[in-house]
Amino acid sequence: MNQIKKLRHGGIKYQTANGKILIQDVHVIDPSQKLDARLNVIIENGKIGKIAQDMPQNFDGEIIAHKEAVLFPGLIDMHVHLREPGREDEETIESGALAAAAGGFTAVACMPNTDPAIETQEVVNFIKEEAQPLLVNVYPVAAITKRREGKELAPIAEMAEAGAVGISDDGTPLMNAEVMRRALEYAKMFDIPVLGHEEDSNLSRNRHMHEGFYSTKLGIPGIPSVSEEIMVARDIMLTEYTGGRFHVCHISTRKSIDLVRQAKIKGIPVSCEVTPHHFTLTDKAVESFDTNTKMNPPLRSADDLAAILDGLRDGTIDAIASDHAPHSIEEKEAEYIYAPFGITGLETAWGLIVSELLNKKIIGLKDVYRLCVVNPRKILNIPIPKIKEGELADLSLLDKQISWRLCDLPGYSRSKNTPFGERVLTGRPLAVINKGMIFRNV
Amino acid sequence: MNFKSGHLLGLEYVDNDDIELILKSTKSFREILDRPIKKVPTLQGKTVVNLFFEPSTRTRISFELAEKRLSADSVNFSTSTSSVKKGETLLDTARNIEAMKIDMVVIRHQSPGAAHFLALNLDANIINAGDGAHEHPTQALLDMVTIAEHHKSFKGLKVGIVGDIAHSRVALSNIHGLRKMGAKITLCGPATLIPREVERLGVDICYNIDDLIADVDVLNVLRIQLERQDSGFFPSLREYHQYFGITRERLEKATKPITIMHPGPINRGVEISSDVADSEHSVILNQVTNGVAVRMAILYLLAGGEHESN
Repeated sequence: MNQIKKLRHGGIKYQTANGKILIQDVHVIDPSQKLDARLNVIIENGKIGKIAQDMPQNFDGEIIAHKEAVLFPGLIDMHVHLREPGREDEETIESGALAAAAGGFTAVACMPNTDPAIETQEVVNFIKEEAQPLLVNVYPVAAITKRREGKELAPIAEMAEAGAVGISDDGTPLMNAEVMRRALEYAKMFDIPVLGHEEDSNLSRNRHMHEGFYSTKLGIPGIPSVSEEIMVARDIMLTEYTGGRFHVCHISTRKSIDLVRQAKIKGIPVSCEVTPHHFTLTDKAVESFDTNTKMNPPLRSADDLAAILDGLRDGTIDAIASDHAPHSIEEKEAEYIYAPFGITGLETAWGLIVSELLNKKIIGLKDVYRLCVVNPRKILNIPIPKIKEGELADLSLLDKQISWRLCDLPGYSRSKNTPFGERVLTGRPLAVINKGMIFRNV
Repeated sequence: MNFKSGHLLGLEYVDNDDIELILKSTKSFREILDRPIKKVPTLQGKTVVNLFFEPSTRTRISFELAEKRLSADSVNFSTSTSSVKKGETLLDTARNIEAMKIDMVVIRHQSPGAAHFLALNLDANIINAGDGAHEHPTQALLDMVTIAEHHKSFKGLKVGIVGDIAHSRVALSNIHGLRKMGAKITLCGPATLIPREVERLGVDICYNIDDLIADVDVLNVLRIQLERQDSGFFPSLREYHQYFGITRERLEKATKPITIMHPGPINRGVEISSDVADSEHSVILNQVTNGVAVRMAILYLLAGGEHESN
């Protein structure tokens, strides 16, 4: 009954979900619908049909049954690098979206540091067109400045009109406070946030890991935590001054989190996200000299990690985002100080959320909804999927018990630069449904 | 100990017994250097590659001499440009050299972890001859051999390390090695050149050179790189010399003679004055001689030798 849909590049990956699918006896979580119970959910023609407590009789479609699964409205990863256009050897929109689907996400927001950068309406349109046939919604984030140079504003209005959901010079710090001020003011008109890569490059240039005991012991020049905190403080002040909307990308230090916490108490519209690697690893991991422990911001101290867990618990941290940053093997298989920053993250995010947060009782499933479903979409001002009869089926079906390793699977990202490849993770994404298509992990 | 895994990557990874074994073995090789014929057949048939990605004269020559005096075949591969700039990766360079069937690699490289990287990827024995600001184990071992010639025991010995600690692999290897043997270490230098949280390595910090001199048995004086002044770590070499330079006047205030060491090459009149460098308390040239002996001992031990058979 389900037709196989062949994608442009020839892979057989998504099936159409236009037939009837029953997700049987599953823990459904959608606080917007006051759902937190074991239910049976029928999907019909890509839409959510009946949601029932009792098992439907004589169901004649496909049945998905998995005891330890949770069903969420589709998870979103609001910070990924898809590398297309420019570095299709590392990732494409298609392969990145597939990695997202395999990771349990039905949507991603992609950062503009491509080549050419997402700095014109044409590139925004290109990404949207490429993503159109894919299961995963791909929301482009536009560059703040032309050529991402931090000098002149890019055509933000045009790009917002074409569908850019935020602006960011991610990957490069925006050092000029005047430019940041204008960006916050200008973006207000379209109600899109400025997503800040917070780093004072005078403090961080030519440095490769967190500055602290381990950088001292390893002799690797260290990036001080103040290089992030100074910029978070500056941009909170500029946000207050301009009335714009500001989001801290990949927050990583205790003081940055404190600054956001204080700003929120004052009612300043600031939000922030954290990556799975920052809530899992510390700078001690660099002792291996594995270049897959090199990312920016760097893995921080154990004290910073504790503050991140507090921020996740108390709601200071709004979102979990992977900062999925694919790099070729050739680039990463280098000396530590010559390797590029960044690791992949889409396919291991859920396993780390279960292993490091849920199983350690840092957060609960409703927090996952907050961090991975609703808050990122509120920040980016995009529609929030609901588990409600008649709605488009935009769903993530996620297991909480299976132990698995990414290295035992083929993996869908074109790049393999992750420190978690051989780590045993608990919790496996099972399937995602969106746009009338279903992707199931084998 | 890394000799079990066949490498010398850093003194952090070497245990006390093995440090003692190296120091003991060095004595035998040190005797060879005083013979009229300074060559033994110990490593005949072994091939050693000296892989130097950073300019180096004395360390490379010291290794070369050690290899030659043990009758190993040695070849040099030196390049001042990084492997990345050349377009060939370090891994490819190393694999190429290994394909030529060599037994040991001595590597000097600007990136911390470069020696570990080779150890992970090659079958040869790897000796770290300096990886960025991480470790320089053979230098620390030769420093320890030299200290042992002048002091009875490392236990409770007070060693001051002076200068650019933040960029110094010599300092880190000395800290690991000397601490393991029971010495007490105090670091001294401009606060801008003391790396963060270095106290956690079990050392003290002192910003006043006179206070340090009053307290120590040994001073290991590090080289000040001229580019540190240009990148703003301190205002001028003159000011550095005034506040941290080791001079005769300063040493005369000490109540006991202090052994003066320096890894070389020295900047006379900057971190150390000429009269101190050439004084009777300076063991700088002994360090150089011991460097060859220590490297002979390490090559020998890595090749699987036993101390007694010497």
